[in-house]
Amino acid sequence: MTLTTLPGATRKPGRPPAPPGPLPTGLGRKVRDNLTGHAFLIGAVLCFVVFSWYPMIRGVVMSFQRTRRGETTWVGWDNYARIIDDPSFWTAWKNTFYFTVLALVLGYAVPFFVAILLNEFRHAKGYLRILVYLPVMLPPASALFLFKYYAYDPSEAGLFNAILKALHLPTSQWMQSPEMTMPAMVIASTWMNMGSAVLIYLAALQNIPGELYEAAELDGAGIWRRIRHVTIPQTRLILALLAMLQIVATMQLFIEPLILANGAGAQDSATSVAYLIYQHGFFQNDLNGAAALGVIMLVVLAGFSAVYVRLTAKQD
Amino acid sequence: MAQDSGTRTLISHAQLRRGRGKVIYWTLLAVVVVVFTLVFLGPLYWMVTGALKSGQEIAQTPPTLFPKDPQPQNYVDAWHNLDLAKLLFNTFYYAAGAVAFQLVFDTAAAYSLSKLRPVFGNAILGLMLTTLMIPAMVLIVPQYVTVIDLPILHLNLLDSPFAIWLPLVANAFNIFLLKRFFDSIPEDLMAAALMDGATPLRTLWSIILPMSRPILGVVSIFAVTAVWKDFLWPKLVMPHPETRTVSVGIYAFSGGTPMNVVVAASVIAAIPTVIVFLIFQRNIMSGLTTGSLKG
Repeated sequence: MTLTTLPGATRKPGRPPAPPGPLPTGLGRKVRDNLTGHAFLIGAVLCFVVFSWYPMIRGVVMSFQRTRRGETTWVGWDNYARIIDDPSFWTAWKNTFYFTVLALVLGYAVPFFVAILLNEFRHAKGYLRILVYLPVMLPPASALFLFKYYAYDPSEAGLFNAILKALHLPTSQWMQSPEMTMPAMVIASTWMNMGSAVLIYLAALQNIPGELYEAAELDGAGIWRRIRHVTIPQTRLILALLAMLQIVATMQLFIEPLILANGAGAQDSATSVAYLIYQHGFFQNDLNGAAALGVIMLVVLAGFSAVYVRLTAKQD
Repeated sequence: MAQDSGTRTLISHAQLRRGRGKVIYWTLLAVVVVVFTLVFLGPLYWMVTGALKSGQEIAQTPPTLFPKDPQPQNYVDAWHNLDLAKLLFNTFYYAAGAVAFQLVFDTAAAYSLSKLRPVFGNAILGLMLTTLMIPAMVLIVPQYVTVIDLPILHLNLLDSPFAIWLPLVANAFNIFLLKRFFDSIPEDLMAAALMDGATPLRTLWSIILPMSRPILGVVSIFAVTAVWKDFLWPKLVMPHPETRTVSVGIYAFSGGTPMNVVVAASVIAAIPTVIVFLIFQRNIMSGLTTGSLKG
């Protein structure tokens, strides 16, 4: 679905021009040319086969099997039943959806308005752009240890609590408090990741023809109306695409709970679906259950994609 | 208005240059520069200086803005106790290999799909692009099972750098980026090379690649940062302490190490990517925006 907006992906290449001069013609030459073409492709294709296409099928197959003491048997829907019976299953989905929604509110609207703001400036543009993108380049583990130890310190020695106290606002227990766990993870995650979205929006904003704003202004439209009736419609495709990409990314929430909350967090408030996959697969010796959970995740995301395609198709 | 070379945006240039508009513009710019510096650079400052504080100073309220009694020892401890030299070397090694494998195989594949166009080329490209829609977490278990027992060959790639290098070759985004760039190279050049009797390999090497330096740079930078930032996959396939990447190593030590030392190690781990970014920021930003989408 993301591909429909990428020019070139769906473009049918024309036939290569007929080589001039007296070259060997006919079937033999065609076969040879094709063999050469495939010889160049083979390395990448083999990697796709082994590490991408085959695991996709294998994941589905594994989810209907059970391997015990080296013996693999077909067990039908048993793995799915076991995974869904796990009380953490629903908690994990609830947490993951909560994170996705919070991240959409914060991590989706904020970069768009930051991009609109940056696009208006004639000065310090490069500096601001570098600043916004800098956290994207940090290894997530590094950035998260900073948040864990220095920013979310529940005592008043922590950076955030010190700021809140200086502003005479109530301080927070951050990761120790089940209510604040998710908002705290969303803040850290948005800080780390928003740079790419800002840059992509900036590029989109620069493609909006200036005449549209001029016409709107002549019609007496204020700044907000110009944003609503020019900026947003003109960037609609990219807004929709990034919304989808962000949902896919946030549904895979993993390293934030692992590092910030040591996995499950206070009263299971941080357990995510991806973390559950990791737990089942690599700690509870239940690779088949983990595969089943992976398939469930894929189905849920496919559902989102279907809704997305529906919505964007309707608007066109 | 007339002298403006830039395109018109939400608010007209003229409006920003007159009286009230000018005041608002400069105030807003100043506020944004200060706020952004605090929000995006502030935490990094806090991280670098916090790791210089003693255990007592870091627990002090209110926190100090400058370390009173800087303890470079935290950084030294991080370097020695976590064996950061080894961890950094491993990560560099994996990153360099990832660049080499992706440049060779993905460039060859993109060249074939763009210029040689063998039968089923489009179908293969389509199948590659579908993998962009499969979230990594969904594949993590079957990929792991595949890597510990490769089909047919029955090799176990655990703790082998190939477990990082080869899966990264299966990167549809890179192939797509490269193919689009190659598509923009005129066919006439190919035809001319053919007429001169150049083989496809020769054409790729002497004509296509020299023209494609910018995109090859972008792909290389993305490969380096991908390896540097990745966490779960290297954690799973490089379980031995000797083969860990830097992020995984810091995480593994974080349990029994004083927190200032963990943060000092995190600072050191972040330096290489930050340097790469500051040097290549133009390429990175252009790759990010031209690569993914236009309208």
